[in-house]
Amino acid sequence: MWKRDEAVRQPAVPIHDAAAAAPAAAAAQATRPDPIKSQTGRDVVNIGKSVVIKGELNGSEDLTIEGHVEGKIELRDHVLTIGPNGKIKAELFAKSVVVLGEVIGNVSATEKVDIRENGSVEGDITSPRVAIAEGAHFRGSVDMANKGKTVAGPRPADVKPQASLPQPQPVVPHAQKVG
Amino acid sequence: MLWDSRNKARNEAAAPAAALADAGQIFPTKALRKFLTSLTSRESPVLMDLGPVVGSNVTFFGERLGCKIILEDLFADLDRHSRASEIAFAEFLKGRLTHEPGSVDGILCWNFFDFLEPPAAQVLAAALTKLLRPEGAVLGFFTTVGATDTRFSKYVILDEDSLKQRPYSSGGKRQMALQNRDIIRMFDGLKVSESFLLKTNIREFLFRKPAGTL
Repeated sequence: MWKRDEAVRQPAVPIHDAAAAAPAAAAAQATRPDPIKSQTGRDVVNIGKSVVIKGELNGSEDLTIEGHVEGKIELRDHVLTIGPNGKIKAELFAKSVVVLGEVIGNVSATEKVDIRENGSVEGDITSPRVAIAEGAHFRGSVDMANKGKTVAGPRPADVKPQASLPQPQPVVPHAQKVG
Repeated sequence: MLWDSRNKARNEAAAPAAALADAGQIFPTKALRKFLTSLTSRESPVLMDLGPVVGSNVTFFGERLGCKIILEDLFADLDRHSRASEIAFAEFLKGRLTHEPGSVDGILCWNFFDFLEPPAAQVLAAALTKLLRPEGAVLGFFTTVGATDTRFSKYVILDEDSLKQRPYSSGGKRQMALQNRDIIRMFDGLKVSESFLLKTNIREFLFRKPAGTL
């Protein structure tokens, strides 16, 4: 009865902008009674493709966006997924960001940014790990160093830059790295 | 049934060819290692890549070398420009790279200059020279022959000594092969640090900006 893509579970994602209040109220009517569980068993909130939000989105659970968002999205300890229909003009801050749709704006993640095939990002990325798939579009800069981080969290030791020239070893193709 | 089996046989025959095309051509490089050495001698180096985005290259430069990478796909710009151009590409290039002068430690041009007409090549070379920090390096590939293959290529770094060249369709048009003296003259303000002529008819040029120049 309820379409998953168009459902929005609102309470866990407070919207701090007056402009966002109207669409948020409308979207609240589409609230799904049961929380959607991700593969990891955590709650996942969906913003459907008919939803337009202008303002600031904060949350403490994983979020998938299929709609349009302008402003700022912040999920400090969670995964933000921009679905294939998602169109974002915003600054993104999250633990991990997966892009299958379009993003215009800077992206910061404490763990990983993953731009999948047909995903598009125009902006600067700051994250210790970045994966860009074949067929993805990206324009901007990538900073995997610690200093540029805007979201708290230590940088994993295994991605520490090496002072000397690294030993030759084949670079693993991205397709094999993305699960 | 017969139709299905024919299709299946055709697909099976096509699969190795597709895999081969996807694999691309692997060729050795001598200048890349020198270029990487110049980058790793810097603290928090900034790299500019003028080629199409290649995920594994980003990983290589970002995770293994600790570079900040600026991706400026000029091949895509040239492709768009060649399909629907209103102004000369040289004019377009004048306002294209707006980064701070002297802010980049290394620039990867790949073989982009092979596709540029002389005025555009001159404008780009001047812009790159300006962007480069003192002692920064520019790596470029230049063909020695007028190649018939007009396609652009993605260069995938396999290791410090080898690259995989993966052509892809584009609206680009190869220009005449440049003479060495023309290439050197084009990068006026930089010095040729290394140049290699490979068996693949590719000349590799590594330019450096002299210390103390802006």
